[in-house]
Amino acid sequence: MTIFLRLASLVLLVTIATSVWANTRGTGDLALVVERADGCLLVLDTTAKSIIGKIEGLGDLSHASIVYSRDGRYAYVFGRDGGLSKVDILKHHIVKRLVQAGNSIGGAISQDGRLIAVANYTPGGIKVFDAATLALVADIPAEYGAEGERSKVVGLVDAPGQRFVFSLFDAGEIWVADFSTSTPQIHKYTEIGRQPYDALISPDGRYYIAGLFGENGMALLDLWHLDQGVHRILPDYGKGQEKLPVYKMPHLEGWAMAGRYAFVPAVGQHEVLVIDTDTWQQRAAIPVQGQPVFVMARPDGREVWVNFSHPLNDTLQVIDAETLEITDTLQPGKAVLHMEFSPRGEQLWVSVRDEDRLELYDTATREQLTTLPARKPSGIFMTARAHKIGL
Amino acid sequence: MTFTDRCWLVVALLLPALTLATPAPDRQQALRYLLLQDCGSCHGMTLKGGLGPALTPQALAGKSREWLSNSILYGRPGTAMPPWQDFIEQEEADWLVQQLLQGLEK
Repeated sequence: MTIFLRLASLVLLVTIATSVWANTRGTGDLALVVERADGCLLVLDTTAKSIIGKIEGLGDLSHASIVYSRDGRYAYVFGRDGGLSKVDILKHHIVKRLVQAGNSIGGAISQDGRLIAVANYTPGGIKVFDAATLALVADIPAEYGAEGERSKVVGLVDAPGQRFVFSLFDAGEIWVADFSTSTPQIHKYTEIGRQPYDALISPDGRYYIAGLFGENGMALLDLWHLDQGVHRILPDYGKGQEKLPVYKMPHLEGWAMAGRYAFVPAVGQHEVLVIDTDTWQQRAAIPVQGQPVFVMARPDGREVWVNFSHPLNDTLQVIDAETLEITDTLQPGKAVLHMEFSPRGEQLWVSVRDEDRLELYDTATREQLTTLPARKPSGIFMTARAHKIGL
Repeated sequence: MTFTDRCWLVVALLLPALTLATPAPDRQQALRYLLLQDCGSCHGMTLKGGLGPALTPQALAGKSREWLSNSILYGRPGTAMPPWQDFIEQEEADWLVQQLLQGLEK
């Protein structure tokens, strides 16, 4: 009997010890990869350079975006079908999931980490939820015009001062929602330009820049001087030139900034535009091999990497941020949908949709270090985004 | 040649013209992939919509096939829909429209 008890205690002790040990790992070097056709997320360990888990049941992730909780433990996944899922990235399971709209495109987490905002296409507007419980906190319809039509919302970001900033695609407006008081205050900027399709906020949270699909240039809002309203920058860009077909909308993120320049995808031209953020004048237009989709600065700001839309979507180009010249053209494979740098920039992970794999590049040598299997991979999201304004 | 023979001859000659409109099986597969993965970028991989409208049979009800094929080939100016005529032939656009109106089985 005594031996049995001792044995039982030992087994219990070992079980507890191993379960505690298994959970004591950090999340800082993890990333989530979207498997867009299966509605799954892969958990990627960027130190081990391997997939350590898979989370299923996330609904329609044919377009998906992710933000992370303040403690780096949870991911909030915004799915195309309006699904909002809170995912435990250590335990690899969904903590809570709800379908909060018919169709949505992305979201953001507030400055203090307590609120999650979702940008909805249908019905147009944003909804704000408690980050802990996913209880609904606010429902803001994107109504515009005399008849109160609802616009698709794009380019939703968090901003300092407990604010969310977003654009209305159909209305041509930018709204700032201030959640620093008990009742949210909404400031609306109208006639900012036709069809803003996405937006970025600068890494310091000062400038909100929306790309325009329906006319030339971009819309700029200085959050330090809201009274100055929205300005058009690059108003003459592309004037007189025939606009090329856009088979996939470019995406704008805070990664666009490298030093004093912003590198952004042109819309309808095969160029990366370089904007001097001291003057907001165009510094250069760099010809690239197709319609850029993601234009991302390496974390040290020394290079900018570009991927492209259909049809020439098997290619990455690298631009030197000093000389503004293309230094490399790489071909990871068919349908390079997304890429993501490690926080200090030594790694670049690339999703190759049509070849069902993830590729890892050494950003100094361009060497392909690892290939991992992934089914129709799209977005790659490093947990380091948890600590970045606008991401 | 008897009358019956002539009828059969006419049918035999017409048959290729009737079947010409359908793309070859491997092209059909490629078009379906394009539809779900690339058109799906804007229209949703489930075709329930995104930046672009839904392409389900219910959503497309009442729209003419010609209008739908033209939308694919020539785009819709003033909207985000680009022309796909560099990648898709007329018969292929017609076939895609047919698939969309029928509803794609999963």
